[in-house]
Amino acid sequence: MNIMKRLGVLLALTGAAIPAGLAVAGDHAYTIGDPTYQTECASCHIAYPPQLLPARSWRALMSGLDKHFGTDASLDPPTAARITAFLEQNAGRDRNGASAPVLRITETRWFAHEHDEVPTRTWKSPKVKSAANCTACHVDGDQGNFSEHGIRIPK
Amino acid sequence: MRTSLLVRAALAVLAVTSAVAARAETPADFLRSFETTARQEQAGFAGFSAARGAAFFNSTHGREWSCASCHTRNPATTGRHAKTDKPITPLAPAANAERFARADKVEKWFRRNCNDVLGRACTSAEKGDVLTYLMSVR
Repeated sequence: MNIMKRLGVLLALTGAAIPAGLAVAGDHAYTIGDPTYQTECASCHIAYPPQLLPARSWRALMSGLDKHFGTDASLDPPTAARITAFLEQNAGRDRNGASAPVLRITETRWFAHEHDEVPTRTWKSPKVKSAANCTACHVDGDQGNFSEHGIRIPK
Repeated sequence: MRTSLLVRAALAVLAVTSAVAARAETPADFLRSFETTARQEQAGFAGFSAARGAAFFNSTHGREWSCASCHTRNPATTGRHAKTDKPITPLAPAANAERFARADKVEKWFRRNCNDVLGRACTSAEKGDVLTYLMSVR
């Protein structure tokens, strides 16, 4: 067995994550690699791409999980620390300057710009329910695929 | 050789991890443990009740959500998160073998969800009633 193969086996055995952050901006495709992030954060909503908020937003969000947008999403400290490190390492650029960190992806200027042609009735549709429900329209959003081709607006 | 040492270290890690994962429990184990603590918490504790658990599960407790808001009134079916609409796998152990199988998950979800539904921790009597109800769902 050559060394690379052994390394592959080692990675598979230990469940080590392939680093995420392989975002291809133009494609709106993101790799969300960390299994702890997936398990813990994708129970109640999809695993939002870490690239969509800057590191200080993730830090602020992760320090208030007991009051997470109206729900208790608290984690044991070691798990929270591990996820925070993953989010920081894969965070996006800070476009918000010195103002308070944005905690909702939907409140970033980037999100508003990307969704400026979505009519109010679509946001209010019972099939969408919440702007947090990416997969209502981005059918493979839970896989990190937000490409134009992957959009199906519910009727 | 260095790589084979690494492989051995990885196998050791795997062995420890699977030993932890193998420490699976059953719904009946949790029920027994809730019963022990309920006896300590409540003088004159007289056992759990599926009917009381069902009523608790389907009612709100001074806040917006009940357990059924996400898990539905039939916990043997797939639920949906009340806010994000994300599907939630069935809660009744008869419908989903992964439920009430790991102490860390049971602790985490009762902690979070009791806080959301009641604004406080659940008592062991409440948890035992709900679990008794969930175990009665076929």
